[in-house]
Amino acid sequence: MNKLELQKTANEVRKGIVTAVHGAKAGHPGGSLSAADIFTYLYFEEMNIDPKNPKMENRDRFVLSKGHTAPGLYSVLANRGYFPVEDLPTLRHLGSYLQGHPCMQETPGVDMSSGSLGQGISAAVGMALAGKMDDKDYRVYTLLGDGEIQEGQVWEASMFAGHRKLDNLVVIVDNNGLQIDGKIDDVCSPYPIDKKFEAFNFHVINIDGNDFDQLEAAFKEARNTKGMPTAIICKTLKGKGVSFMEGNVGWHGKAPNDEEYAVAMADLEKVGEALCQK
Amino acid sequence: MSEVKKIATRESYGNALVECGADFPNLVVLDADLAGATKTGVFKKAYPDRHIDCGIAECNMTGIAAGLSTCGKIPFISSFAMFAAGRNFEQVRNSIGYPHLNVKIGGTHAGITVGEDGATHQCNEDVALMRTIPGMTVIVPADDVEARAAVRAAIEKEGPVYLRFGRAAVPVINDRPDYKFEIGKGVLLKEGSDVTIVASGITVASALEAAEMLAADGISAEVINIHTIKPLDKELIIASAKKTGKVVTAEEHSVIGGLGSAVCDCLSESQPTRVMKIGMQDVFGESGTAAALVEKYGLDGKGIYAKVKEFVS
Ligand SMILES: Cc1ncc(C[n+]2csc(CCOP(=O)(O)OP(=O)(O)O)c2C)c(N)n1
Ligand SMILES: [Mg+2]
Repeated sequence: MNKLELQKTANEVRKGIVTAVHGAKAGHPGGSLSAADIFTYLYFEEMNIDPKNPKMENRDRFVLSKGHTAPGLYSVLANRGYFPVEDLPTLRHLGSYLQGHPCMQETPGVDMSSGSLGQGISAAVGMALAGKMDDKDYRVYTLLGDGEIQEGQVWEASMFAGHRKLDNLVVIVDNNGLQIDGKIDDVCSPYPIDKKFEAFNFHVINIDGNDFDQLEAAFKEARNTKGMPTAIICKTLKGKGVSFMEGNVGWHGKAPNDEEYAVAMADLEKVGEALCQK
Repeated sequence: MSEVKKIATRESYGNALVECGADFPNLVVLDADLAGATKTGVFKKAYPDRHIDCGIAECNMTGIAAGLSTCGKIPFISSFAMFAAGRNFEQVRNSIGYPHLNVKIGGTHAGITVGEDGATHQCNEDVALMRTIPGMTVIVPADDVEARAAVRAAIEKEGPVYLRFGRAAVPVINDRPDYKFEIGKGVLLKEGSDVTIVASGITVASALEAAEMLAADGISAEVINIHTIKPLDKELIIASAKKTGKVVTAEEHSVIGGLGSAVCDCLSESQPTRVMKIGMQDVFGESGTAAALVEKYGLDGKGIYAKVKEFVS
């Protein structure tokens, strides 16, 4: 996919996020929207996957360690063809296969259940380790929040990954600067994030995580990095694409009402139209 | 009587892993800097490429095991019960239990027979914690024979299994040719008519001793070994309660949430029976030799005998 196609796809993924959360009347739009470009790049460009065969043995794996942004994952999976986009509004409904947080037994394409912050990265490390033990060439990607990395287990996992030189592992941090109680540097600053991963023997790349050129360059660099895992620290805008959600801590875990939903979709339609003019 | 052989079930755990290593090439063992103590060191020696030391980071070890299992490995995570089940509870619940992954948890140094290390290391709560996780199998072997059989059975069973092992050497009581281990099937060790003693782990040997002493007093005690706390062999327990009308449970664990609670849950629903629970009575342990502690907290043959005698009269 070229950059324009990726941008258009990401815009569709954002529409799916807003629609899912609106349908659920609950959920986490902010961190789903900030990571929409990351999700899109991974599932439409980077990862070796087959939506028709979600359990393909040698597929690349993805663990959404920041599991609350399930709407982002579900939307990209649906847009990629794992299940119908029309099902997104059933998010969080009783009986839906789209649980509030990712459930690997319910949803095709979900490689690991998550939702308790700090745990997903360990599972990703386990998958990467299994790949090394079995001489397989699949790669493992995991997405963490910048608030999530306050969890100690993240650093247990990082120490292990660095120690084991798991160069088939890419840790992505969605550095949108916000968590629930406010700005991450007001609550309990994890900065400098890059220096921390460096200290744990990672190759570290800092990028703008809402820019496809930079995403492409970073994931290529990660692929070419041998002998150590890679961490990609992505500066992003929380709520990206929806005017009233952008940079607003209040939209971490809240659903838009009908009027807000209409405004949000109009925002995204406008972006879509502009992309079509290009 | 000839000298009874004694061996710690943590030792059986390590040996069983080695025994199973050849039959199950996907078997891998994870430790958190306690391979010497959990006795998985023998597996590390036999299969160095299939042993993963995670350092002192039990929660991460649990997640790594979860990830390994999604890729077809059969991981055993080993640590003291305090850390494997206690510190780790939420990791086990969310990263292993909820996705029902094929990870086995070996909690060694369970209960007060940890001895000298004292209360911080004596986990009397692990069975209670693990039992509440949907889909989790919980096994408390009584001796070497049972522990080794349990490890193999756990590997053969798809899904999460918690196995509880002890630090101290315990008598081998199941060394007989017709011994058969089946997950979820209790073992009627001695028939009796006046009272039922349901035991697990180290208290099985104590219960057998107590039954002999009771017999000398004219009290006929039935002894049941419940090695699988979950799923519980309800049929066996209900039938015995129907017969004797009085039930005593004995466990090296808190009386809150463990074997005693499981038996009470079962009987109160299906066969209301008076039950007395022997175990740690909502207290922490303390330092001392394993033998001294077992005596102090009434988990030896004499302790159980005295309690049962009081209960039936
Ligand atoms: C262990 C744990 N503690 C608390 C929570 C509740 N929680 C959900 S999201 C969140 C904030 C996450 O912030 P961040 O990682 O920055 O995510 P993002 O900004 O990408 O949404 C918290 C505290 C949780 N899910 N897990
Ligand atoms: Mg954040």
